[in-house]
Amino acid sequence: MTDSKYFTTTKKGEIFELKAELNSDKKEKKKEAVKKVIASMTVGKDVSALFPDVVNCMQTDNLELKKLVYLYLMNYAKSQPDMAIMAVNTFVKDCEDPNPLIRALAVRTMGCIRVDKITEYLCEPLRKCLKDEDPYVRKTAAVCVAKLHDINAQLVEDQGFLDTLKDLISDSNPMVVANAVAALSEIAESHPSSNLLDLNPQSINKLLTALNECTEWGQIFILDCLANYMPKDDREAQSICERVTPRLSHANSAVVLSAVKVLMKFMEMLSKDLDYYGTLLKKLAPPLVTLLSAEPELQYVALRNINLIVQKRPEILKHEMKVFFVKYNDPIYVKLEKLDIMIRLASQANIAQVLAELKEYATEVDVDFVRKAVRAIGRCAIKVEQSAERCVSTLLDLIQTKVNYVVQEAIVVIKDIFRKYPNKYESVIATLCENLDSLDEPEARAAMIWIVGEYAERIDNADELLESFLEGFHDESTQVQLQLLTAIVKLFLKKPTETQELVQQVLSLATQDSDNPDLRDRGYIYWRLLSTDPVAAKEVVLAEKPLISEETDLIEPTLLDELICYIGTLASVYHKPPSAFVEGGRGVVHKSLPPRTASSESTESPETAPAGAPSGDQPDVIPAQGDLLGDLLNLDLGPPVSGPPLAASSIQMGAVDLLGGGLDSLIGDTNFGVPPAAAAAPARLGAPISSGLSDLFDLTSGVGTLSGSYVAPKAVWLPAMKAKGLEISGTFTRQVGSISMDLQLTNKALQVMTDFAIQFNRNSFGLAPAAPLQVHAPLSPNQTVEISLPLNTVGSVMKMEPLNNLQVAVKNNIDVFYFSTLYPLHVLFVEDGKMDRQMFLATWKDIPNENEAQFQIRDCPLNTEAASGKLQSSNIFTIAKRNVEGQDMLYQSLKLTNGIWVLAELRIQPGNPSFMLSLKCRAPEVSQHVYQAYETILKN
Amino acid sequence: RDGSAPLISRNYKGDVPMTEIDHFMPLLMQQEEEGTLAPLLSHGHVHFLWIKHSNLYLVATTLKNANASLVYSFLYKTVEVFCEYFKELEEESIRDNFVIVYELLDELMDFGFPQTTDSKILQEYITQQGNKLETGKSRVPPTVTNAVSWRSEGIKYKKNEVFIDVIESVNLLVNANGSVLLSEIVGTIKLKVFLSGMPELRLGLNDRVLFELTGRSKNKSVELEDVKFHQCVRLSRFDNDRTISFIPPDGDFELMSYRLSTQVKPLIWIESVIEKFSHSRVEIMVKAKGQFKKQSVANSVEISVPVPSDADSPRFKTSVGSAKYVPEKNVVIWSIKSFPGGKEYLMRAHFGLPSVETEEVEGRPPIGVKFEIPYFTVSGIQVRYMKIIEKSGYQALPWVRYITQSGDYQLRTS
Repeated sequence: MTDSKYFTTTKKGEIFELKAELNSDKKEKKKEAVKKVIASMTVGKDVSALFPDVVNCMQTDNLELKKLVYLYLMNYAKSQPDMAIMAVNTFVKDCEDPNPLIRALAVRTMGCIRVDKITEYLCEPLRKCLKDEDPYVRKTAAVCVAKLHDINAQLVEDQGFLDTLKDLISDSNPMVVANAVAALSEIAESHPSSNLLDLNPQSINKLLTALNECTEWGQIFILDCLANYMPKDDREAQSICERVTPRLSHANSAVVLSAVKVLMKFMEMLSKDLDYYGTLLKKLAPPLVTLLSAEPELQYVALRNINLIVQKRPEILKHEMKVFFVKYNDPIYVKLEKLDIMIRLASQANIAQVLAELKEYATEVDVDFVRKAVRAIGRCAIKVEQSAERCVSTLLDLIQTKVNYVVQEAIVVIKDIFRKYPNKYESVIATLCENLDSLDEPEARAAMIWIVGEYAERIDNADELLESFLEGFHDESTQVQLQLLTAIVKLFLKKPTETQELVQQVLSLATQDSDNPDLRDRGYIYWRLLSTDPVAAKEVVLAEKPLISEETDLIEPTLLDELICYIGTLASVYHKPPSAFVEGGRGVVHKSLPPRTASSESTESPETAPAGAPSGDQPDVIPAQGDLLGDLLNLDLGPPVSGPPLAASSIQMGAVDLLGGGLDSLIGDTNFGVPPAAAAAPARLGAPISSGLSDLFDLTSGVGTLSGSYVAPKAVWLPAMKAKGLEISGTFTRQVGSISMDLQLTNKALQVMTDFAIQFNRNSFGLAPAAPLQVHAPLSPNQTVEISLPLNTVGSVMKMEPLNNLQVAVKNNIDVFYFSTLYPLHVLFVEDGKMDRQMFLATWKDIPNENEAQFQIRDCPLNTEAASGKLQSSNIFTIAKRNVEGQDMLYQSLKLTNGIWVLAELRIQPGNPSFMLSLKCRAPEVSQHVYQAYETILKN
Repeated sequence: RDGSAPLISRNYKGDVPMTEIDHFMPLLMQQEEEGTLAPLLSHGHVHFLWIKHSNLYLVATTLKNANASLVYSFLYKTVEVFCEYFKELEEESIRDNFVIVYELLDELMDFGFPQTTDSKILQEYITQQGNKLETGKSRVPPTVTNAVSWRSEGIKYKKNEVFIDVIESVNLLVNANGSVLLSEIVGTIKLKVFLSGMPELRLGLNDRVLFELTGRSKNKSVELEDVKFHQCVRLSRFDNDRTISFIPPDGDFELMSYRLSTQVKPLIWIESVIEKFSHSRVEIMVKAKGQFKKQSVANSVEISVPVPSDADSPRFKTSVGSAKYVPEKNVVIWSIKSFPGGKEYLMRAHFGLPSVETEEVEGRPPIGVKFEIPYFTVSGIQVRYMKIIEKSGYQALPWVRYITQSGDYQLRTS
């Protein structure tokens, strides 16, 4: 006899019939009827109309029947709230039943009746059950508190249930403890501010003891709860770790992962010099490896977590490469994850094996997997320099297979390899070009076009190749269009004589026939550049590109730290913080790792604090850095980069030397008509934009910066005796984003001076007068006039020695005089020079150490706050402050008008007037001058 | 828990609307089509964590940042419990037992917290004979909430015995040019316990760490890399002095498992030549060699060799055993009942290929090997003693068996 017969009643009038049966006097008939009702409910029929009849069956001594009625109640109470109240009496009665199974059943069901009205009737029975003599009832009641809290939090607090629940943590029965912990954690999660879990060394000790005794699930609740605790020092952290490590031997993968979470978190507090630290590292590897023999879904969770762990602490699994080798019958999601971890673990020591594997995978059948494998080969080449050559030859082998998607993927990664190792593997270009026709994916086409443009001078028929793409220009994706435009401009700059027509064609396609603003803007910029200053164009378009960084797809360090706190949970599988996928503010508490111990890490600079590199959400391999020339001009292979590079390069673009150079020098007498629309557009790109933008910044950033940067007193720049009686003294100021040269002209001659004019020589930062020098009236003998000459930074650029040297020519009716002066670098510090924290960390790490310069600023009486404030008003921004062993460490950034970022670490020890300054910058030659600016600002 | 329409479900927290499950199957199909299938799907704010058992999907839904590993391991545990209750877990067994399924779902989890998932204990108070409960006298077995939640009190046997099975599975991955990429041993120690009362057991192994601790490092010992224990084993004790002490559950259970990644000579070595002459035929030559002690014998050896899916008219020649073509799996299975150590055997197979080739690209499945070698462990692990102490003071006999078998044993083909 089976239950399936209950599903088979499909007669009409079924409800009516059931009603009659439910009200039957015969027990057996009643029970059969209830089963039929539940069967209907199970298949999704609405049997809520039978509510009163079913509830009438509730008072029975038949446990099975009672369970079914309760099940029915849980399902329909919400839709029949008024009738649900009928059930209250039975609940109250059942909670006093001599049979603990019935008491527990009642208290369990009660909490699932999510009807606000009846909750208050449930308080008394619940209170009794929380103190029940039977642990089975107590453990059920503990969970019921969490249920009730979910329905009516206030009620639970008012009734004092939370305190009772806290008491249960000390219950003699481990299962009750486990459920109490689970319930409290759940409640605490929705009320992050409440100090519910009030963990202290005593309660932690209780939990650790219960850990040894309760079921596997209870162990997980306890471990997850422990993970939220913040030990007071490294010794406590170590002693908890010691008591948690045995859990790594548990057969349940979830227990193991929760233990790993606790250990990974508390390890943060242990000094690396400690023997125990090393022991712990060694203990973590085997259980993580064993997780890979679990069921595939658990393997998947484990792999996603291992991916985080190898980023956080690569040393744990560095010798375990082989276990991540892909097996033929692994599910695809496992294969893809393993591949990712293999690349993260790749090093010089194991690269040969890894490559052999990757090559094997690249010839499998699953397209996604193969693609990823090919891409992985490229990533290896970039990561392990010694293997680059082997990777390239492997990729070439793969290209020979002519499997369409393999070829395309290979070309995309070879492009990255070219960027990492310029001028090394260009011999393969010919092979790549053979496959031009088979490329149908935008990314591969764009990569190929980039390669052709970049190495145009070495490809005989580069023009033909690019021209062939031009035919279907408008059908290409934006990525390809942008790339084609840039590539042809590069080609033109390299081989101007043969490719004029081509470049004109692409410029007109981009500017006149396209609706895409990015494409049009870029077209205009190139057009303008080419038509005014081909030399500058060459410098801009063919500029040396910043190298791409080794590690890609790394998770940004603060996110990584947060995710480590969520090991085992959905967040660790998605690699996203819970706030990104959990609805509303509920349950979203930002977790962070405990602070590191000061003892071992005091000397570390921010780049090592959370080990990190460029953030994960940045485009593929190309880190977005505040570099001289943004990637805008040369590369489009990732999504557009937002932030500093764009801003920097678009302003840089305005740096068109309208007087110098000339197109003729490059292409003879060809006339390069500037289209009317284009003429208008770039004109606006000059100074007004930069100062206009800065004005905007200042208005929004409040009064703080309105006071402007520090202004040095005027000094004599041109003594009268050298200038036939004209004495010029002056200084530089920066206010609200505009730079000016404040001049004082004194006539020490005996004749009137008129017709003043001023001109600057080319200089390192393109400083130029933004307006003519206006001296309104003739300057009589012994008269002095004060003039403020607005400057911009869009003049021609030439590197000066020293860097901040400015050569000035002043003319008057008597003669032309020359003098040179040094401007303080801080007038070039722009208002939006505050770098984002993550970017700062990534950039700091990314700039090579040899670019770091250290200085000492002596005799500076300021405290940290005052120093930071002073610097800020000169646009040196403090991004973060840390106190390490009594020293204040300020992490600061500033940006120069030409987009160069300078990163600083300023170390201040209270009471010590000597400050230590470390500067990191991609253009290390500015450091000395930045240091001087610091000195000037701090001491005045 | 569903087919295309949910078969049975239980809403533990009431926060996920019951209609949300309707999104599951379409999502799953979509992912399957796109080849991006993963065990975790989401729709809006609802996350679906699923596993598949025969033709059933077991799906857990959540709105929170749930502990994913807990959820999957709970789902597997649920399958285990249902299988022990109903023999098979399939659509029919759920329908036939829906009342008890509901009862079990109620005991297994409360408000999203897994509770009692030990089927032996559950069977003490959730029984299939619902009628017997009618008297209302069923009680919570103390075991449910005991510190020893896996063993009931008052168990009695006439003859007190323990059977210990030491089983080692060899996982092997060899690449096409014959070099071993991965070789590991996963060992399990399974117990069949027929003991009265609440016995205290202690198991002694030739564990290297223990020997080093106790200064017996000269004896032959084995280094266990990662040991996992049944929940009955006192983990902190093991961590402390490597003693494996426990009160066992009654009947069958897996006491512990361990892993060793020490390289051992592959027990059965395969050399193969698979020559494909397009449009005409495939010639296969497989040589198998037993690389274990001469005294040992591998039983039920099965070597499966991949063949193209469009192969036909098979012909075989074997020096021992028999070969069979299994077209639904696209393999030839060469079975050898008894394979002594040190011996070498040969199999040749010949297949015809159609003159018109299929367009489909085929993967290169590896050669798989299955075998069992009794009375032998690769690692050399030994049970040195099993002490059984019960307060009634009975004498109990431990019986030990050793066996080595193939695990995931794959040799890639070129």
